[in-house]
Amino acid sequence: MTTIAVVRFPGSNCETETLAAIERAGGGAVLVDYRATSLADAAAVILPGGFAYGDYLRSGAIARFAPVMDAVRRLAQEGGAVIGVCNGFQVLCEAQLLPGALQRNAQQRFAGRPVDVRIERTDTVCTRDYAAGDVIRIPIAHGEGRYVADDATLAMLERDHRVVMRYVGVTGADAAYNPNGSTNDIAGICDPTGRIVGFMPHPERQADRALGSDAGQRVFTSLVTSLVASVAA
Amino acid sequence: MTFRVHVRIVPRSGLLDPQGQAIEHALAALGFAGVADVRVGKAIELGIDAPTPQAAREEARAMCARLLANPVTEDFVIETDTP
Repeated sequence: MTTIAVVRFPGSNCETETLAAIERAGGGAVLVDYRATSLADAAAVILPGGFAYGDYLRSGAIARFAPVMDAVRRLAQEGGAVIGVCNGFQVLCEAQLLPGALQRNAQQRFAGRPVDVRIERTDTVCTRDYAAGDVIRIPIAHGEGRYVADDATLAMLERDHRVVMRYVGVTGADAAYNPNGSTNDIAGICDPTGRIVGFMPHPERQADRALGSDAGQRVFTSLVTSLVASVAA
Repeated sequence: MTFRVHVRIVPRSGLLDPQGQAIEHALAALGFAGVADVRVGKAIELGIDAPTPQAAREEARAMCARLLANPVTEDFVIETDTP
């Protein structure tokens, strides 16, 4: 059984849905406290959405120094998979496991609604069960999701195909398809290997047909499949 | 000796600052003409125990580098009451 750890920081609020989505995808899921110094032999870790440490100072700025983050960093160095969803993405950027930063939404308001994102890259640990170019509708819920980075970093991300998800307009949908003013419509990025991935939308909230759509569930089946494949290799 | 240290953190110039823009528009609406380049940041006040004001400022600089400011998006200014 491949086990995936989900970290609960003080202020996380998506860990239960995330654990359920992993189990539905056939993976083993274990909740890990932010004070833990190990990830209980998990092969992957998800930093879930929420407002860790109340988003004080900056989103992710304090969470980055939580004791568990040493174990997250170790897992990243050892070749494990590290996924950050929403607040988790903000933590990964603050921890400099991913480049850039998430800034206040351009329109100055919290944005909570479904968005359409295109899967730009399928050779990451959490997108392999999608087809390149697939457009999925999953929710966002954030006040600080506007991705920014310096010009050199942006050029590098585009050149190396490290944009994993991008906000796109679909016919008949709201014209303001980019919900936060994110640079280059970036919704999510990855490290050079596709093992460390962060994105703002919440696949775990749209991961069960009983709730209307399971458009996000393949993020979790992808992760489980990736781990099984890496164990077999 | 404890020195009062003032840390001022501002969004890096050139980066979009939606809060600054909103305030700029509001000021214009109130009739304050000729206001431009409004930026909103944060101020952090610290009491730092150090031998000299310079050492206190150095300490604050290290704090900015590690935690108080985001090197990707923010610049900072450090001042002490005693120069």
